[in-house]
Amino acid sequence: MAVRLTAESLRIERNERVVLNAVSFNLQAGEALVLIGPNGAGKSTLLRALAGLLPVASGTVQIESGDPETPRAEHVHLIGHADGVKTALSATENAVFWAEFLGGDPSAVPEALKAVGLGHAADLPAASLSAGQKRRLGLTRLIVARRGIWLLDEPATALDTDGLSRLGTLVETHRETGGIVIAATHSDLGWPNLKRMVLGSAV
Amino acid sequence: MTSTLLALIRRDFRLAVRSGGGFGLPLVFFLSVVAVIPFAVGPDLVLLGRIGAAVLWIGALLSTLIGLDRLFGADAEDGSLDLLFSAPAPLPVLVLAKALSHWVVTGLPLAAIAPLLGLMLNLPPHALAATAFTLLIGTPALTLLGMIGAALTVGLRRGGLLLPVLVLPMTVPVLIFGVSTTNALIAGDPAASSLSLLLAVTLAAFVLAPLAAAGALRSARS
Amino acid sequence: MPQAEATSRPMIALANPARFSSLADRALPWLAGLTALLFVVGMWQAFFVAPADYQQGDTVRIMFVHVPAAWLCMFGWGVMSVSSLGVLVWRHPLADVAAQAAAPIGAAFTLIALVTGSLWGRPMWGTWWEWDARLTSVLVLFLMYLGVIALRAALDEPAKAARLVAILTLVGFINVPIIKFSVDWWNTLHQPASVFRMDGPSIHPAILTPLLVNALAFTLLFVTLHLLLMRTELMKRRLRGLRLRAAEAAR
Repeated sequence: MAVRLTAESLRIERNERVVLNAVSFNLQAGEALVLIGPNGAGKSTLLRALAGLLPVASGTVQIESGDPETPRAEHVHLIGHADGVKTALSATENAVFWAEFLGGDPSAVPEALKAVGLGHAADLPAASLSAGQKRRLGLTRLIVARRGIWLLDEPATALDTDGLSRLGTLVETHRETGGIVIAATHSDLGWPNLKRMVLGSAV
Repeated sequence: MTSTLLALIRRDFRLAVRSGGGFGLPLVFFLSVVAVIPFAVGPDLVLLGRIGAAVLWIGALLSTLIGLDRLFGADAEDGSLDLLFSAPAPLPVLVLAKALSHWVVTGLPLAAIAPLLGLMLNLPPHALAATAFTLLIGTPALTLLGMIGAALTVGLRRGGLLLPVLVLPMTVPVLIFGVSTTNALIAGDPAASSLSLLLAVTLAAFVLAPLAAAGALRSARS
Repeated sequence: MPQAEATSRPMIALANPARFSSLADRALPWLAGLTALLFVVGMWQAFFVAPADYQQGDTVRIMFVHVPAAWLCMFGWGVMSVSSLGVLVWRHPLADVAAQAAAPIGAAFTLIALVTGSLWGRPMWGTWWEWDARLTSVLVLFLMYLGVIALRAALDEPAKAARLVAILTLVGFINVPIIKFSVDWWNTLHQPASVFRMDGPSIHPAILTPLLVNALAFTLLFVTLHLLLMRTELMKRRLRGLRLRAAEAAR
């Protein structure tokens, strides 16, 4: 699982604007980076670009892991603003789909639901879950399909203190096993040993 | 990759048949189109029998188009569209899988109930079979071409209206070859040439539509 | 760890489009003059030199407008397709401007082809509209032009619009011959005898020369309008870039 992530002089343009310029960082296995900055500073944009969803105008993103054949998108989990939860399916059905679809392990689903505190709601339709519970359900993706790099966009949104501490535990375990976490946030996540990068208007 | 594709097909299928999935709505729409035609042209069974196959094809075409904006639209709204880009399978193959599962819950039932609606249009038994047969071959092409429009308009507020405007001109060859094959089969004329043209259009759609739709999705999501 | 800066700059590199604009400025008067000259010659030939058809009488003169317009509606899609390749493959900064400018002009010529075709058909066929293969194909092409224009209008991010419109245009480029073939095929199915032919060896040289002159005049008109619209669109985009930069600076 040990991975390394190197981003070198990334430049990202959106809508004829340079959103990010000369962004470079280097993360070793087990390291976590927090992106801080005002609205519009390009935090989400950077995460989406690292996930391979946005083209970069120049610069490189390199991921070193055991298997050089695997494309970048299959090394990363992006937890964005939307949870990707299908409300017509039950919590378990959602998680099993992610496991199978993302090349993970469906048998890990019950444990994963317990880990995010949804063990009791496994068979409830996702439509009956609250926003925070849907958020927790979305986080099971991180567990049921093991991937080296987690990109978390405002992971604290809608989570209560219990949810936050469970997320903290997940992140801790992930880092101990050599994973990398990059999170964009406005609030203090309370994770230890963080690298920080401030994005924002230089004008 | 197989488990990825199967998981996607299974989920889309399950979502479609669950309540609120809209399964059956295209069928109701199909029935509605066929039901209003006689009000416009008159209850003339001879005339209806003559244009019946064409009416069924038009109905199937329109019924395929409605609901196609949900093909990617629903996934775009809840955020699961982004997952398509990080699955261990090529995007064109994934969208092809989505199109096929969409066809199984829309195009296939349309072709299946076409003979029933054909009875109401005074089509003789062999004509019913001919129409169902050509719809079975032609509706996948309609779904695939529609998928291009669905990918181009994903996330647009006016997407639902724009999609048919973009897609209808592209479906002209399918309609022409589909209806003429049906008519040739009904009349007992040689149908081999029009049938092979219909097949060719469907096969071309199988190859080109996933590539175009994947390219459009990539651009639309960036 | 470096700071990310959020300065703004027009996506289009200045050098190339600027050179294009100055080139267009210099070429446009000449092109416009040449177009006007060719139109004078072409129309004079069409009305006074070309003989009236022994069957169709003076109606045949509509074809000096109809045929060039029909040619330009194909030409227009060709220009858009090459530009779309420019957007998707070569990522040339002017490509999307060219594609965007060609769409309304192509649509306009397609409409002219439809209207003149209908006017021409009225005395020939006795109806305002005949589902003749040529006219029907042009009608489908017109719908496709409107689709391209509508798609661009619905998208508000220029870079995204450029790529999506390019994909739709290229899908159309593959589709147009298939549609044309299917419509021709459909037409022979329903109407075995061709009503009217104006291509091939049946064209008399007395008609061919004015036809070619007019075709050239209309093509030059297309090129002139295209350059003009491209220049306007470039100015619009530069203005938008300046506004963005101003908004950025005010932050």
